[in-house]
Parts: sequence; C-alpha cells; structure tokens
Amino acid sequence: MSVGSRITSDDQLARLLQIGIVLEEVVEARAYHHYSSLDADLDAEVEDLLEHAAEESADHRRRLEDLIEDLDVESVPFDEIEGLVEARYGRTQPEDFDGVLYDALCNEETAYKFYDDLIEAIESSDVEFSVDREELIATLSAIREEEAEGVEEVTAIMEKR
Amino acid sequence: MNTADQYLKTIYLIQNQEDGPASTGSIADALDVSPASANEMIGKLEERGLADHEKYKGVKLSEEGIVRARDALQTYCIIERFLANVLGVEEFRAEARQLEAVIDDTVADRLDTIIDREPECPDCFDAEADACACLEAAFEGAD
Repeated sequence: MSVGSRITSDDQLARLLQIGIVLEEVVEARAYHHYSSLDADLDAEVEDLLEHAAEESADHRRRLEDLIEDLDVESVPFDEIEGLVEARYGRTQPEDFDGVLYDALCNEETAYKFYDDLIEAIESSDVEFSVDREELIATLSAIREEEAEGVEEVTAIMEKR
Repeated sequence: MNTADQYLKTIYLIQNQEDGPASTGSIADALDVSPASANEMIGKLEERGLADHEKYKGVKLSEEGIVRARDALQTYCIIERFLANVLGVEEFRAEARQLEAVIDDTVADRLDTIIDREPECPDCFDAEADACACLEAAFEGAD
C-alpha cells in the first residue's frame, strides 16, 4: 500500500485518466439522457445547460484519450467497457428537474475534485512520464477550469428556480 | 482518500483480524511505512479522538474512528469493485492500493452508481484476501 497521493508510473497515470473518461462518460452525459427522458415540458435553459455539459464531456473524453494514446502503455480498451457503462446509465434516475439539476451539480463538483486531486498527485510526483508534464498539467487544468465553470452555471440556474 | 483515512482503515482491519488492539509494527507493515511515521500519525488520530493508543498494547479505534474507518473501507471497496467489474482490471487489488490515495470519497460515491455493491458492504470485506468476499471479477481466471 502506498500512503500519500503521488503517481509513480505511466500505467498508474493512464488508469487515472481512464477513470476520468468513465466519470465524464457516465456522470455528465447521463444528466442529459435523464433529462430527455423526463415526462414533462422541457425547460429550455436546463436543456441548454445539460446539452452543453454533454458536449463538453465528450470533448474532455477526447482530450483524455489523446493523453492516454501518447503514454507509453498498452492501449486502453475503452470501447469494450463503454457498453458496460451504458448498460448502467439508468441506475440512479432523478425524478424531476430539481433532481436532475442537483445530479448535474454533483457531477460537475465531483469531476472538479477528481481533476484537482489528479493534478496535485502529478505535481507531487517526480516521475518522468512519457508525455510532456507541462502539457499534461495544462490540459488537465483547462478541463478542471471548465468543470469549475460548470459548477457556477448549474448553481446560477438552481438559485433562479 | 487522505492519509488519515488510510490509517483508520488499516487499523480497523487489523483490530478486527486480531480481535484486539493493532500493534504499531503491524500497522507500519501493512502501510509499508516506518514505525516512526506510523507513530506520528497514530498520535494525530489520538489527538482527534479517533483512536486510543496504549503503550505495549497497541491502537484501538474510538467509536468515531470506527465510523470513519468503515467509510474509508467502503470507498476502498468501491474502487476495487469498479476496477474489477467496470474496467476489467485483473490486478485490481494492487491497483486499488496504488490509486486509493488519489480517489476522493466524493469521486468514489459517483463511481458507486455504476457498480453492484452488496448491502452488507463493508462487512463482507475479507482482510486476508484484500477484497470483498462477494466480489465476482468480470474477467476469467481471477483468483
């Protein structure tokens, strides 16, 4: 067991980036799926927000996948697990708009926390990764910033309601 | 999971296995740290009212310490189960140990929504096997 949050290898970094992809895939895209399935009149502002979150999530996944591709590790078979993840989409379906918004807020906050911890763990590691460290941190910091903006956007809509 | 929670989880598992206090040596061994580091953290846990340390006997968690240790163990179970069942990682135990320090409990709670965990978790955690006794790994040939 290792105590302290440091990343010690390309494999470990790749796994954490893969977890980031799953988080993006599952928790953010899910909000939009749930919203679309609600049996009620759609609220344009909420719909825009969730649609934007899903698009942003897809963009984050692509950026994380690019980072994994550049790492010197065996390719991560994300296509194989995508089906598994999809099959589990509907597990915790919120019942109304407020539930969807709260879910979206938790998702953005969780993603922010994940990237924040990941960046800290990379910064406290002295391992030389096979990707450029500055580029890696810059990419993850940009994603973290977008998650922070997402938290603000959802909070603003929740406060208005 | 922060360092204090990793200690609490470890002490909890050892005191359950031993059916008594956990020795500093066994805690240090389990966490692969020096006895001096273990002593320092045990002191901090004691200051926070999470553990009692009696010289020559060992460390015992307080009630609050047990609650936090069980939460930490649950987070660890989520990480193991997620790695084994969603990502199909064969070496899920080793990887969970490497990753637990970087995965916060809020992140684990989100991962928990896509795994099947038994209601008795974390009581089904088998400390010797270092995995949930009910865990059926998604890949073939798992031990």
